Amino acid sequence: MAERSETEEVKLLGMWASPFSRRIEIALTLKGVAYEFSEQDITNKSSLLLQLNPVYKMIPVLVHNGKPISESLVILEYIDDTWRNNPILPQDPCERATARFWAKLIDQQICVAAMKVVGKVGEERDAAVEAARDLLMFLEKELVGKDFFGGRSLGFVDIVATLVAFWLMRTEDLLGVKVVPVELFPEIHRWVKNLLGNDVIKKCTPPEDEHLAYIRARMDKLNIKSA
Amino acid sequence: MNQGEQVKVLGLWGSPFSKRVEMVLKLKGIPYEYIEEDVYGNKSPMLLKYNPIHKKVPVLVHNGRSIAESLVIVEYIEDTWKTSQTILPQDPYERAMARFWAKYVDEKVMVAIWKACWGPRSEREKETKEAYEGLKYLEKELGDKHFFGGETIGFVDIAADFIGYWLGIVQEASGVTIMTAEEFPNLQRWSKDFIDNNFVKEVLPPKHELAALFKAQFGSVTSD
Repeated sequence: MAERSETEEVKLLGMWASPFSRRIEIALTLKGVAYEFSEQDITNKSSLLLQLNPVYKMIPVLVHNGKPISESLVILEYIDDTWRNNPILPQDPCERATARFWAKLIDQQICVAAMKVVGKVGEERDAAVEAARDLLMFLEKELVGKDFFGGRSLGFVDIVATLVAFWLMRTEDLLGVKVVPVELFPEIHRWVKNLLGNDVIKKCTPPEDEHLAYIRARMDKLNIKSA
Repeated sequence: MNQGEQVKVLGLWGSPFSKRVEMVLKLKGIPYEYIEEDVYGNKSPMLLKYNPIHKKVPVLVHNGRSIAESLVIVEYIEDTWKTSQTILPQDPYERAMARFWAKYVDEKVMVAIWKACWGPRSEREKETKEAYEGLKYLEKELGDKHFFGGETIGFVDIAADFIGYWLGIVQEASGVTIMTAEEFPNLQRWSKDFIDNNFVKEVLPPKHELAALFKAQFGSVTSD
């Protein structure tokens, strides 16, 4: 358990259904850091959020002893740099670089490709699904022979990739198209089972029923047909 | 550096991403072998081997292991060679701020500038406004500091190399003006100091060659 002074103040401005917000909760919980969670209404942004993240105006924002940090990958690295127990990133520079590379691929390409599947039909959808699968295949290959991306235990890439496990893969049922079928992605499916066996992940993942109801409601609002 | 330590950079002469890596290696006094890649023509077997996922430059190859993505490479160089010239601050909060602003330059400002200059005509006004606003945030963040990194060149300065050198040339060639000296005095001052740095100067592509490259590109664009 990290030792900290009594006046240490950790606050997280987040949103219960956001994968980016949940990542931060996982990291803080893994390191045993006590924090105050402030649920934000992203459709009606608070003046506090706008003050603490004027550039992006988005959650999550971590506030540590009054100093705000935004952008989930930046926050994760800050947490690892500040609370040195249970490291999230590997020690070896080459492995660290590889972890950062995968995180970027997930956020900048896989996430974007997955979003492109939503609201599409027919040939357009097929093409979007194929593009997403091509990228996911890199993650599939990376998992061969490993329990987690981090090796024997959870690491940086696993935390970032929860976006795939609990957002992309949960939305599949609602979209009516399996972007990540087990026949094509047996390693990813095995990895998700490993994730679900971890107490911290279980604690920090939105409850499935509520989550699906929320996604369905959002799809309805955006006039996207749900299965 | 160890005997037999081998550092190779696969790069592209005109690319700001490629140059970020070379700047940092020069700043830290790390010798390397540079290999020019014909990225738009014939990608070499070496490039396809060392960056199979993106097939892009820059790629750093160190003792046979490869790293891709310019800012990931810069952090790798920082993690691996502990020299007196550091690129990132020691303090975790300062490091986080450096990473935040570098990401902002890379993912928002540069993208908006690209689209403002090269994007579909219908989008250019919107993208120019976004690029302008992004540069305003950077102008404010820089303030009266010598560099984004303080007294010496740091992570954000390296990430912003396009703004420091390429942007002026692109603006001239495209006729799109986003950053002016009057509206961005801090960035103007910073860019002069940045490109005047000996290590940065050493790797920057010649202005006339870049200008010719962009004029050729924009020649076809401005006709629509």
